[in-house]
Amino acid sequence: MTSTILWTIAILAGLGFLLALVLYLIAERFKVVEDPRIDEVEKVMPGANCGGCGFAGCRAFADSAVKAPNLDGHYCPVGGSEVMKKVADILGFAVEEKAPQVAVLRCNGTCAARPTVNYYDGVKSCKVKAALYSGDTACPFGCLGCGDCVEACQFGALHMDPETGLPVVDEEKCTACGACVKACPKALLELRNKGPRGMREFVACRNTDKGPVAKKACANACIGCGICVKTCTHEAITMENNIAYIDFAKCKLCRECEAMCPTGAIHGVNFPKPLDKAALKERIAKRKEESHE
Amino acid sequence: MDKHIVSPNPHIHAPVSTRSLMLDVIIALCPAVVVSFLFYGWSEVMIMAVSIVSCVLLEWAITKWMLKAPSTVGDLSAVVTAILLAMNLPPVTPWWVVVIGAAVAIAVAKMSFGGIGQNIFNPAITGRVFLLLSFPAIMTDWTLPQGFINPHLDAFSGATLLGQVNILGAAQADKLVGLQTLWHNIGGSAGEISAIALLAGWLYLVVRKVIRPWITLSIFATVAVIAAIFHLADPESFTGPLFNLLTGGVILGACFMATDYVTSPMSNLGGVIFGFGIGLIVMMIRYFGSYPEGMSFAILIMNMAVPLLNMAFHQRKFGRK
Amino acid sequence: MSKITFKIGGVHPDDSKLSRGCAIEVLPLPETVYVSMAQHLGAPAKPIVAVGDKVKAGQLIAEAGGFISAVVHSPVSGTVKAIAPRADLAGRPVMHVEIAVEGDEWADGIDLSDTLVTEIPDDRAAMLKKIQDCGVVGLGGATFPTHVKLNPAPGSVAECLILNGAECEPYLTSDFRILLERTKEIIVGAAIMQKVLGGCRTVIAIEENKPEAIKAVSDALKELPYKIEVLPLKKKYPQGGEKQLIAAVMGREVGSGALPISVGAVVQNVATSLAVYEAVQKNKPLLTNVLTVTGDCLPVEKQHNYLFRIGVPLSFIAEYAGGIPEGAAKLISGGPMMGRAIANLDATTVKGSSSILYLSEAATKRNAQTACIRCGRCSQACPMGLEPHLLYRLYEAGDYDGLEANAVQDCIECGCCLYSCPAYVPLLDQIRQAKGAVLGIIRARAAAAKAAAEAAKSNESKNQ
Repeated sequence: MTSTILWTIAILAGLGFLLALVLYLIAERFKVVEDPRIDEVEKVMPGANCGGCGFAGCRAFADSAVKAPNLDGHYCPVGGSEVMKKVADILGFAVEEKAPQVAVLRCNGTCAARPTVNYYDGVKSCKVKAALYSGDTACPFGCLGCGDCVEACQFGALHMDPETGLPVVDEEKCTACGACVKACPKALLELRNKGPRGMREFVACRNTDKGPVAKKACANACIGCGICVKTCTHEAITMENNIAYIDFAKCKLCRECEAMCPTGAIHGVNFPKPLDKAALKERIAKRKEESHE
Repeated sequence: MDKHIVSPNPHIHAPVSTRSLMLDVIIALCPAVVVSFLFYGWSEVMIMAVSIVSCVLLEWAITKWMLKAPSTVGDLSAVVTAILLAMNLPPVTPWWVVVIGAAVAIAVAKMSFGGIGQNIFNPAITGRVFLLLSFPAIMTDWTLPQGFINPHLDAFSGATLLGQVNILGAAQADKLVGLQTLWHNIGGSAGEISAIALLAGWLYLVVRKVIRPWITLSIFATVAVIAAIFHLADPESFTGPLFNLLTGGVILGACFMATDYVTSPMSNLGGVIFGFGIGLIVMMIRYFGSYPEGMSFAILIMNMAVPLLNMAFHQRKFGRK
Repeated sequence: MSKITFKIGGVHPDDSKLSRGCAIEVLPLPETVYVSMAQHLGAPAKPIVAVGDKVKAGQLIAEAGGFISAVVHSPVSGTVKAIAPRADLAGRPVMHVEIAVEGDEWADGIDLSDTLVTEIPDDRAAMLKKIQDCGVVGLGGATFPTHVKLNPAPGSVAECLILNGAECEPYLTSDFRILLERTKEIIVGAAIMQKVLGGCRTVIAIEENKPEAIKAVSDALKELPYKIEVLPLKKKYPQGGEKQLIAAVMGREVGSGALPISVGAVVQNVATSLAVYEAVQKNKPLLTNVLTVTGDCLPVEKQHNYLFRIGVPLSFIAEYAGGIPEGAAKLISGGPMMGRAIANLDATTVKGSSSILYLSEAATKRNAQTACIRCGRCSQACPMGLEPHLLYRLYEAGDYDGLEANAVQDCIECGCCLYSCPAYVPLLDQIRQAKGAVLGIIRARAAAAKAAAEAAKSNESKNQ
């Protein structure tokens, strides 16, 4: 009896040792030599594997960054400057400062503003819907409301607002990885500079139809009237294809365009005070008078 | 203009749904269920009722409180599982054993994998095998309860026909199987009593194109061929093809359990190989193993091979070799 | 009972040919027509008229925009009011020529009589030119320019011309009606195409749920001097699909990505045959087609088969036929299996318009999607032998290599998979996306390979 137990222990121990040896030898034989800096870089990455940098994941980014001669073309939008500084430190590169960005929805075609003319009965996917027809409303440019962007967001920064039927970006969670920008078949999402204390101005519309057509399709549409372009004293606004665009690099956040926009297509967010239309209009009128004199 | 639907094609749909398919399976099981009621009386009615109620309640409770998902009870798949489970139990099983079996079938084998369509193993068989291993005495108690009709089932009320092989020897046991067994078998799980009723149900499913016949036919052919070879070689030790086809749940398993959509291969060729595997394993278990029946184990083992078979066998594509 | 059909897959929807008894009526002219410049597969046509121009019916108003393209003629006489983008039936802007109708004056040289001309000219090139000049395109659905199809690339030989009278889509009856009412013209059209192709075997294939059409064609063939046969086919969807029809008639399978001519087949719809007849024998451009107004929620006495001028708005036809019926949940242009849902009824008719189909909510609304139960019905139904459940999963997983290996690019978008799915998994919705993505990858790869080969070539020539 005792001998049986002893034998069992001995054989098991021997077997364990033998197999460990085999494993060790195999591990030695097939060892892959890797630059240890890849691991270091990967460690400081956010680890979301979102692909926002254009690589397959954080490890692929690290691998490429280590092998690259400089950090051009390597930017982690999720970690931002902070992470890039760490990466640059590890690799001994200099890094360019980039302004933090956030995804912005350039459509304000709420359910109330856009009358629906059809309803959709296919798979819940903007991509499929966009391939099929122009959408449930008269505006062929607006949000389709199936939430492809919400699906694409790995950070839970997007959700659909059931009342407006539009996606809402949670600025706290948004990492500007750009996944939603790629997911939207109508190209309604744009990465824009967050702006000082989050304040920014943008045109929440992509309708390139002529004014009356756009207006008929959606009460909140940009009708391409050009008032904002004339108002802007910083040459930040351009008008192309009946749609205004505000260059966030030039915008000084004076909010004059927002005050003058007849349809409310220009949105200002995160300003400490509500928009005082009357005061701004007065200011613009005064300036005009002065210039006439 | 009124609002109209817009959607990609096709704009019409075949009159078929998961529920309608499951309903067809239930209809197909009806003859066998009725025969089992006739022979085993209130005892079997009680088992069936307990099984259905516990399966459906469990699935409903799990979807509602654990998965917090819309209930899938409406697709009737839980009812099918419940009926098959009840048919796979001895006609005198105590009610609490049925409840345990239902819990294993629905909670472990089905819902823990993600519910309908996701499970690897056939839920009813998993439940049955669990009971067989946990309560061997109860699961092999073939006492005959009082039936609504009373055929002359006197001689062998203690064990199944397959069990008789060990007592009487193969040659004697073979003689017990005759045309009479096609109508009512004796001793054994409740559902397998009547081969004719089961085959009628299977035929209904095939004609309605609910299932394809290949898996079932492949099992029958494999069992028959293997039994014939062994029986011809040594009739004293090995029982013959007819005996093996008509006993031990081969018909019930081949017609209704192995053909379960979720746990069988999708391609026809994959199905044939799946059936061959089941037939081979069941015969090996019967001839050389310690369990007299083996159909449940054979199906469970082959269930594991299904993903592999689905990967290996595809149907022929148009315009490609 | 005919046994002739294709071998792989297929489904059997109820054929619902409710309007089969409705004789073709001539639709009156509206006040304005809108002629689309994108009525065919390939590059859009380029308008050659200006606003304010007076045009006659049959007058050329747009020239072909490329090799695979077709010319467009004015369907009416009147004044060009505008040349501007207008929403098509999906609501997308497409260039249209708007013409205000004034009287009904036809361009010179067009034979408007009913006399049947059975004498076929000998000059094949001239006939081909006429077909091209008259803007004839395939009217079976794809609207592929007919002159391109009838002019196979050098080296390929047409062994069999198949006239597609299968009309396998439920509800549609326009092909059936012209087979009954314009039998001889269709046969002469077939004989013309037969001659253009060099006198190959010619078969008029008709599904056997249209026995009257089969009888009419075989009776007419007895009176006419051509070597053309009629072939009844077993009813099965999608028999009218080009590849399926070739498989049914010739027993040959067109390979992946290949054209029918690679197995010696040319398929033309019977409506196209009628257009060819009118083009060659009557010098009449493709200005009219037959369209069915039908649906399960439309009483049979309100159903119609109309001969319409191409460019008449769909809303005009719907209005003329008695308005959108109560209970219509979905409006479809084309058949219920492959047709397109109409998002904009103000859209105009095009050469390939074959129906306005009203379906009730009960007939068309999809049930909620439930879990796939791996029943394999989609694979059984797929006429291309694909496994839609697998393709769906691969697409969800983003595995494009797997999709290509499992031949997603062969999908013909017939809808059999979703039609037969008991769990209402939106198979085709997603597979169509997957197919588009994989075709893009294949094209990009081919382009890259071509560029690499050319670069290598130019390097070589430099070195020499």
